Amino acid sequence: MSKTLFDKVWDSHVVRKIEGGPDVFFIDRHFIHEVTSPVAFLGLKNRGLSVLYPERTFATADHNTPTINQHLPVEDPLSANQLKALEDNSNEYGISHWGLGHKKNGIVHVVGPENGITFPGATIVCGDSHTSTHGAFGAIAFGIGTSEVEMVLSTQCIMQPKPKKMRINVNGQLGKGVTPKDVALYIISKLTTSGATGYFVEYAGDVFENMTMEGRMTVCNLSIEMGARGGMIAPDETTFDYLKDKPLSPKGDAWDTAVAHWKTLKTEADATFDKELTFSASDIEPMITYGTNPGMGIGISNNIPDADTVEGGVATYKKSLDYMGYAENDSMLGKKIDYVFLGSCTNGRIEDFRAFASIVKGKQKADHVTAWLVPGSHEVEDKIKEEGLLDIITEAGFVLRQPGCSACLAMNDDKIPAGKYAVSTSNRNFEGRQGPGSRTLLASPLVAAAAAVTGVVTDPRDLL
Amino acid sequence: MAYDKFNILTSTAVPLPLENVDTDQIIPARFLKATERKGFGDNLFRDWRYNGDDTPKEDFVLNNPIYSGKILVGGKNFGSGSSREHAAWAVYDYGFRCVVSSFFADIFKNNCLNIGVLPVQVSPEFSEQIFNAIYEDANTEIEVNLPEQTITIKSTGAQESFDINSYKKENMLNGFDDIDYLQNMKGEIETFANGLML
Ligand code: SF4
Repeated sequence: MSKTLFDKVWDSHVVRKIEGGPDVFFIDRHFIHEVTSPVAFLGLKNRGLSVLYPERTFATADHNTPTINQHLPVEDPLSANQLKALEDNSNEYGISHWGLGHKKNGIVHVVGPENGITFPGATIVCGDSHTSTHGAFGAIAFGIGTSEVEMVLSTQCIMQPKPKKMRINVNGQLGKGVTPKDVALYIISKLTTSGATGYFVEYAGDVFENMTMEGRMTVCNLSIEMGARGGMIAPDETTFDYLKDKPLSPKGDAWDTAVAHWKTLKTEADATFDKELTFSASDIEPMITYGTNPGMGIGISNNIPDADTVEGGVATYKKSLDYMGYAENDSMLGKKIDYVFLGSCTNGRIEDFRAFASIVKGKQKADHVTAWLVPGSHEVEDKIKEEGLLDIITEAGFVLRQPGCSACLAMNDDKIPAGKYAVSTSNRNFEGRQGPGSRTLLASPLVAAAAAVTGVVTDPRDLL
Repeated sequence: MAYDKFNILTSTAVPLPLENVDTDQIIPARFLKATERKGFGDNLFRDWRYNGDDTPKEDFVLNNPIYSGKILVGGKNFGSGSSREHAAWAVYDYGFRCVVSSFFADIFKNNCLNIGVLPVQVSPEFSEQIFNAIYEDANTEIEVNLPEQTITIKSTGAQESFDINSYKKENMLNGFDDIDYLQNMKGEIETFANGLML
C-alpha cells in the first residue's frame, strides 16, 4: 500500500507491534524541562532504573523561569527547587542541560530546532503538548505525560496506538497582513478544538510550501489546539537550508546521506488519508479569538457569533462569553485591551519580532497598555539586537525581556491580572491560563502590535 | 508508579456537564511546581472550586455535599489542552477512579490509562441518561465493569459497552504499567537502536 509521510516515519520506528494493543514506539529525540520531569526521575530512582540513552535527551529550563534579572537567584522557592532538580537529575544521568543563564537556554521548542536537534523523519517527544512544533521539519513530534517521560528515559520507547491520518490542504495566496498564525487559528475555528482528536495531521498545499520554517513551526505548534496529537509538513529545500550548519545537524558526508534520505519523506501520490480537508487561502483574514478556547476565533472584522449558530452546548458557549465579558454579535474591533504578550513557542521567534517591529516602528505604545515582549531563546534575543529591532521597539516605548515561556502559562511572575484583557501571541486562551481570572485574545504578532500601539483591537492591515 | 487494580467499580457519581473542560481548569499551572507526586487532589478544579481568598465557591459541584463518589461524569471533549499528567494525578488523588465522557482529548485519556484512572467513553445519548439519572437522584449508583467492558445506571438498568484495547485492559486489571512491559524488552530495543542512522 502506498504510504503517507506519516506512515513512513511511524512505521520505521515501531520496535514491536502488540496484538490488540499499542505499538512499542522508538523515540529519537527527547526534550525535558523542569516542570514535567522531576516526578519521572523520582520514578526511575524508586525502581532503581538508569537512563538508557542519555545522549538522546536534552534538558532546558523554560516553564517557570523569570524573564527579568535572570542573573539573580530565583525568588520563588518552589520554582527554584524544580530548576535545581532538573540540573541535578541531568548531571546525575549525563543529560545535556541548558539551564537558566546558559547561552543556549530558551523555550524547548525554540532551542531544539535552532540547534539542529530536530531533524526530518525523527520521532520527538516532550512533556509539553506543543512538542507538535517540531513536525514542521517532517518529524513525528507530540506531547507526552510524565509516566511516558519516565518510559523514554528508561527505555527510549513509549507505547502508542497509531493515530488515524488527516490531510489539511490550504491553497492560494495569503492576503496582506495574514500570517501563519492566522492560517492556524482559521483552521482551528473551522475544526473546533476536538475536530482532529485521534488524528495526526499532514499540512499540504502551496501555502505551506511557500512558508518559512518559522511559519511552519507556528502552524504545527497549534495542531494540538484542534485536538490532533501532532501535525507535520514534508521536508523540502526550505527545511534543508534551515538545518544546514546548525550546531547539532549532521556534517560532511553524514549530511549528504541524511539529506538523500530526507528527500524520500513525502506522501506518495496515491496514498490515502482517513480524512482530508481543503481550504482556500483567500478566505483567511487576520484572526482573533473572543472566547475561552482556541477554536473560538473569527476574522478580525467579523462579529462574535450568535449562540445558536455555534456547534456544541449553548450553556458552555454563554459561560465562555460571560467570562470574557463579551456579548453575542459584538464587534471585536475597538475592544479595549490592557496587556500585550509577544512570545511563546508559537510566536517567539525572530520573524515574529520582525513582524511586531514592522508595525510599531515610528509609533508609540498606548499609555494604558502593559506589554511583555519575551524572546523564545537567547539566540532570538541576540538577533533582535543585531538586526536593530531592539532600537525600534525601545523607541516605541517597549521593553525587551529575557527568554522563557512567561505569560504563555503564567507559572512565573508574568501573570495577567484578573479581569484584564491580553492580546497574546501564545496558544491557549483557556480561563485563567495567563493568570487567575485573565482574559486572553489569541492573535498574530501583527495583531498584537496593532493593539499595543492603539490600545484597542485593531486591524493590522490599516497600519501596514 | 503502581496503582490499585481496577475490576468492577460501583459508586455514586459527580456530574460536571460542561464541554471542553481543559487541563488548565483541572489543575492550573501555578500548582505544577511540586517535585513529588503528592497533594494534587487539593487543587483539582482549583479556580472553579475556590474564590481568590480560598473560600469554597458554593455553586461548584465538588462543593455540593449532595454529590460524591469515585466516578466523575464530564461533558464532551473532556481533558483538552496541556499534556500535564498532573491533571490525571489530581483526578486520582481527589478520589476518582473513573471519568465518563462522550469524548476525551487524546493525551488526557492516555495519561489516565497510565496512572490507573479508567476513561470510559459513552455515546452522547448515554451520557445524557447518566446526567439525568444523577440529577433525579444523587444517590444513583453507576457500575463500571472493566472485565465485561460495560457501564450500567443501576436505577434504570440502562447499560452500554465501552472500548478499551486488550493490552491496556490487562494492565488496569492487574495494576501494571507500561514500564514493566518495556523493561522486559530492552534487548530488542537496543538492537533496534543500533540500526538507526541518527
Ligand atoms: S511557551 Fe507555552 S506552550 Fe510553549 S513550551 Fe512554554 S508553556 Fe508550553
